[in-house]
Amino acid sequence: MHILAFLIRRAIQAVIVMFVISLIGFSIQGNLGDPLRELVGQSVSEAERQLLRDELGLNDPFFAQYARFMGNALQGDLGTSYFFKRPALDVILGKFPATFELVLGATVIFLAVSIPAGIYCAINRTSWFARIIMTGSIVGISVPVFLTAIFLQWIFAVELGWLPSSGRGDTITLPWGWDTGLLTIDGLAHLILPSIALSSIMLPLFIRLIRAEMMETMGTDYVRFARAKGLSTRRVRYVHAFRNTLLPVVTVGGLMIGTLIAYTILTETVFQWPGMGFMFLEAINRVDTPLIIAYIIMVGLIFVVVNTVVDFVYTLINPMVKLPGAKS
Amino acid sequence: MITWRSLFKKFLSDPVALCSGIVLLILVFMAALAPFIAPQNPYDLMQIDIMDSELPPSWHDEGEARFPLGTDEQGRGILSTIMYGTGISLLIGIGAVIVQAILGVTLGLIAGYKGGWIDAFLMRLADIQMSLSTLMIAIIVLAIFSATFDANVYADYAIFMLILIIGIAEWPKYARTVRSSVLGEKNKEYVDAARVIGLPARKVMWKHILPNTLTPVLVISTIQVAEAIMTEAALSFLGLGMPVDKPSLGSLIRSGYELIFSGSWWITFYPAMVLIALILALNLLGDWMRDVLNPKLRRGED
Amino acid sequence: MAMLEVRDLHVAFPRGKRDWIEALRGVNLTLEKGERLGVVGESGAGKSMLAFAILNLIAEPGRISQGSISFEGTNLLELSDRQIRDIRGNRISMIFQDPMVTLNPVLTIGVQMIETLQAHRKISKREAHKLCVDKLKMVAIPSAETRMDAYPHELSGGLRQRVVIAIALLTDPELIIADEPTTALDVTIQAEIMALILKLCRENDVALILITHDLGVVAEVTERLMIMYAGKCVETGKTREIIDGPSHPYTGGLLKALPQNAGRGRKLYQIPGSMPPITNLPSGCAYHPRCEFATDRCKGGAPELVNGVACYTPLKQAEVQS
Repeated sequence: MHILAFLIRRAIQAVIVMFVISLIGFSIQGNLGDPLRELVGQSVSEAERQLLRDELGLNDPFFAQYARFMGNALQGDLGTSYFFKRPALDVILGKFPATFELVLGATVIFLAVSIPAGIYCAINRTSWFARIIMTGSIVGISVPVFLTAIFLQWIFAVELGWLPSSGRGDTITLPWGWDTGLLTIDGLAHLILPSIALSSIMLPLFIRLIRAEMMETMGTDYVRFARAKGLSTRRVRYVHAFRNTLLPVVTVGGLMIGTLIAYTILTETVFQWPGMGFMFLEAINRVDTPLIIAYIIMVGLIFVVVNTVVDFVYTLINPMVKLPGAKS
Repeated sequence: MITWRSLFKKFLSDPVALCSGIVLLILVFMAALAPFIAPQNPYDLMQIDIMDSELPPSWHDEGEARFPLGTDEQGRGILSTIMYGTGISLLIGIGAVIVQAILGVTLGLIAGYKGGWIDAFLMRLADIQMSLSTLMIAIIVLAIFSATFDANVYADYAIFMLILIIGIAEWPKYARTVRSSVLGEKNKEYVDAARVIGLPARKVMWKHILPNTLTPVLVISTIQVAEAIMTEAALSFLGLGMPVDKPSLGSLIRSGYELIFSGSWWITFYPAMVLIALILALNLLGDWMRDVLNPKLRRGED
Repeated sequence: MAMLEVRDLHVAFPRGKRDWIEALRGVNLTLEKGERLGVVGESGAGKSMLAFAILNLIAEPGRISQGSISFEGTNLLELSDRQIRDIRGNRISMIFQDPMVTLNPVLTIGVQMIETLQAHRKISKREAHKLCVDKLKMVAIPSAETRMDAYPHELSGGLRQRVVIAIALLTDPELIIADEPTTALDVTIQAEIMALILKLCRENDVALILITHDLGVVAEVTERLMIMYAGKCVETGKTREIIDGPSHPYTGGLLKALPQNAGRGRKLYQIPGSMPPITNLPSGCAYHPRCEFATDRCKGGAPELVNGVACYTPLKQAEVQS
């Protein structure tokens, strides 16, 4: 029952958010560049232009155009990319796997490093290694993502030549049309530097967060009681203290989705990673309006979905919170 | 309450804070005095010679003493562009934070003092905006802006747009900080007393609550400047911020980074180092200030 | 030989680089099998410190700087981590002050009980589950079976403290240390919980160290008393004797401050001043600034514990003189 109420609430929220985004997207369409010029070029006479405008419905009133836009959007038609001459949705869905795998790579690195490092620093507060990590983390926070990306590229790709400098490398197309770079050695090699770059600011931020939260839970009465019960140090730390540390970490993680998507644009630009972010910047430079709109709508959608998942995970790991909307 | 004198004493006795302060001071002076002390004016076309392009730093064989840190592809001295660029980065960073602070403090005071649905609405809005992230909002707004306007028009207004967008997008940080300290102060006796003797709500807010919320505002401001500079750099790097002929540190890196592949590393490297030094100094200073002034505030939360 | 013997226990916390502050300043304590001892004092006297020190659970950066704690002949301070874990929660259990924060909010009652059993016994999950339900029934928790799957926040404070007591009893310990087990509870439930602890200790022949600031409670539950002030024991002896005729002026003050001793319509007595913080102790006897019988001798040197009282001007003599 709770889950149903939660899902309905979430669905309503999602509809509202998507409505606002579609409105933004649509008003861009009306004002950004001249779709006619993109379609037919400069050589067409003014009379012919007017005719084409009527034909395309560009002279209709705002709401008629918006209704048509929404109707098309709901059927998966977000317009045709001026540059690719293909449906914008197809173009963006074709770029999605690259971005997804980049985020996946960054997440793996980031979880594998920040959790152990954060816990280590909380437990061995005064050790020299913890101090190095903490000092390193504030330096890490201060280096913009694109600089980390540039430096990584410069050192490991250009100077040392250990890893490829740009692109995705060899990919394999899976049966459902998903291009993956995870199944080839070349693809994995191409993934390493962009993934590290993408995780580079989240990493120190989360090391600091996990450390602070872990230190707080280690000082709580229930952890002390767990020790007084004679439990092993391992169980006290990882079952009693760490599970409570996870709660704020998941919350903050949810708040970082927007930042993470923005960082994919930066990372993809530096490594010319053929994902959605790189495509978006190119679309801006080419004033490829349908593609710009498609990207904004896609980001909105990802945002809504991920936020829902994060909320859901939070309620799973925190028994004190019933699903939002079903508070006791 | 900590006095300015004791704060200054603590500052002098903390080596990390002192070093950050000195680095910051040097960078600010360098930027402010750029027109007088920079070797060239990189924006004066008369002083630029395309024949000087991509010269390495002066200690290299092909380097020239006129350009201590080398030149970029247009023949501008890197040292000079850095000095001017730092100024633009600082200007946008500080400008944006002033906008943030004015907006955030006002809305935070209103939310905290009035409570009720205004508070609920503002905080919900803050939540949504925070999770969308400043950088993402700025990228989308600037993308639309730059695609709508002609490049020349865009170049003229870029600096104001950046200050405004980064300023508006980050108001929730201030609003939340101020709101929580207002809620803390609200129920104290002096506010009640002011209300009892009939002072109007607005006067009470500004006169009594504001001074008490200044400490946390001061603490987050330093770190906010660092973040604003970082956001601006990222936007300029993507080509959505400052144009190449009026470069901030971010645009300098943008114009140089592809030349790394051909070996001209200095065009990117030196501006990048100055950018990192600037952000790091501000972050360290902010951290120090938070520890000294308000040990309860923690980064990563609120 | 006594079951528990604490000798000259010192606990210290660092202040600055090389400066240490003592929170416990030489405490002695003996406890026989099945005996119930009350440790009484104001907050900050070091009562809880003593409790945690016995299980070697002093929070970093504090540490036991001196003394010995022998339990059934072994010095607990010389045990390895693993060895002391075998004693904690197994042979010596603890009941904490505030049941609202003692249980882990993200784990079910069942998990928190079973893990305790499994830490000390080779036992299957099913058997452990059954034993836990039995103990929950023993502490009179209604519908014990279903409570095993409940999370702490689903139970009231009183029920949670019963769960904590059940956990303390799980492994049939020889000693339970209860640190103000009723202070955080509603007044109406306090007596119930205290009676439960007393009953269970009696029935199972478990020794009890009851830490409290309430002399009224210890009078009903304990056989012997130890009065603490500023990290030291100032008076110790049979509960009855101390309550009927306290020797230390501080104990006298505490007794006088009890509401039931204040006669109808008369103002409640209060010991003047407050206990000094351990960071700033006065010279001599730490109680002398608040003591109406203090002499110059009290300011000069700290009295040793002789015949159960650490005072140069014990009450019986002082009263005889006055």
